[in-house]
Amino acid sequence: MTLRLPKTFSVYQRVESMIHPNQHRTAFNILWLCLLVLTLVLTSPGCTPAPSDFVKKKQVLRLATTTSARDSGLLDVLLPEFERENDCRIDVIAVGTGAALQLGSSGDADAVLVHARHAEQRFMSAGYGSRREEFMKNEFVILGPADDPANVKGRSARQILSILSSKNQRFLSRGDESGTHQKERELWVGLNIEPAWENFMESGQGMGATLTMADEMRAYVLCDMGTYLNFRDRIELAPLNSPSAGLDNHYSCIVVNPDRHSHLTPNLANSFADYLISRSVQQKIGRYQLHGFSLFTPTRLAETP
Amino acid sequence: MQLIQDGLIGAWNLLIQQDKLVFDAAFRSVWISIVAVCLAACVGIPFGWQLARKKLPFRRIFVMVFQTGMSIPTVLIGLVCFAMFSRKGPLGSLDLLYTPGAIVLGEFCLALPIIVSWVYRTLASQDPRIRETALTLGAGVFRRAILELREARVGIMLALLTAFSRCFTELGIAMMVGGNIKFRTRTLTTATALETTKGEFERGIAMSLIILAIALLVTLTIAALGPKEKGGETC
Repeated sequence: MTLRLPKTFSVYQRVESMIHPNQHRTAFNILWLCLLVLTLVLTSPGCTPAPSDFVKKKQVLRLATTTSARDSGLLDVLLPEFERENDCRIDVIAVGTGAALQLGSSGDADAVLVHARHAEQRFMSAGYGSRREEFMKNEFVILGPADDPANVKGRSARQILSILSSKNQRFLSRGDESGTHQKERELWVGLNIEPAWENFMESGQGMGATLTMADEMRAYVLCDMGTYLNFRDRIELAPLNSPSAGLDNHYSCIVVNPDRHSHLTPNLANSFADYLISRSVQQKIGRYQLHGFSLFTPTRLAETP
Repeated sequence: MQLIQDGLIGAWNLLIQQDKLVFDAAFRSVWISIVAVCLAACVGIPFGWQLARKKLPFRRIFVMVFQTGMSIPTVLIGLVCFAMFSRKGPLGSLDLLYTPGAIVLGEFCLALPIIVSWVYRTLASQDPRIRETALTLGAGVFRRAILELREARVGIMLALLTAFSRCFTELGIAMMVGGNIKFRTRTLTTATALETTKGEFERGIAMSLIILAIALLVTLTIAALGPKEKGGETC
């Protein structure tokens, strides 16, 4: 392991090895050659994984989605069937709502699946999207330490938030322009409260990481139902707000406007939107359960034939 | 290309406007890395010297462990530190999680193997005549260590520089045990990650450019402060 120069390596040996390249050198050259060949073989197209993709060029739908939709596991149920029916491949890019819309506007995604109504409406009115379909909803929930130091259990979301701010309680906000963060800001604006008290903090991370942090810090936090159900066994936080407190969380699918980007696959994206609001998929969404709880309510079941 | 151009302009604007968030994060990044490297140097330089000069038991194993430690992924350090500092962890009562102190300790673990390995290598390849001369002149252990380390200062400087840049640019530890809390534990790298997830790619690029600029500034400063003689003769 030491990098000490070999002391026995005399000048004579050094000169001699230069004049008569010995076996060491040959062995070394062979080693290099082997490495080179290996690299070439490994990087050649035939050796890369999933060779079937090269044999038959499938159409690809790039779907930028929020992490909460991916983490809920719903996409794993819905996407394979669509891929089979349309003989295509869906590349899921799971990012925050802000980033998903950004990917849509720059043409790096064909469709986006997000949950932030105001941002979506801005996106549509700027002409980045050609079609927007709300297709399901669930609820947000306010979580807090089980012993509830602010004593807010059972109140409505608005009451809880104003109590937390007036009592200088620890509150951990996402602060990352995600759908959940935008919902939270909407609530603060509605309450006319500037969320800047001493123990108000912004994590700037995803929902899962933020939940873990809030759990460690014993802070209150706004969370979407899906992530909470995924984490409920690992954290000590408990849901506190009374139900039906105006914490609806609408998910929609936006087809990115193909007029702006010639390389998009609008047909596929359009049929994906059709697929999501079709009766069978809506029923499937309604039946989907996570840890024994149904997670999403389909919102287009009534109008589809 | 458009994105990078916008990023460059964005970086310039952030600097001109003295953006509060950027300056706060930059200042925190710098002091956390400096403290972590200083702590690691206090432990690592004497230990590296011991490894190179003393017949410690399990010396080779130590050397191997520290050399491997140079390529520890930062998320692993972050994960282990998280497990230690978590409320359910053994050091949970210290209330260190999600404080700058926790990041300092994590980055200390990152910097230590780098410093130990470099100091060890530099001293192991040092001209043995330095040590022998010192011995014949009757220098004690302490005087000898000082002398040898002074002779190896170029190598040690490089070790500190490498450790600093690794700490300054790492993301995993700061994110996991720091938590990226605005105005408390947000550093330049976690802020960059945040801007990227927010979809504000220009701001992300602007932040990374500021990281690069600070790294360059530090390198230049150390180069200017460093020994003026031709480098490499002692290292």
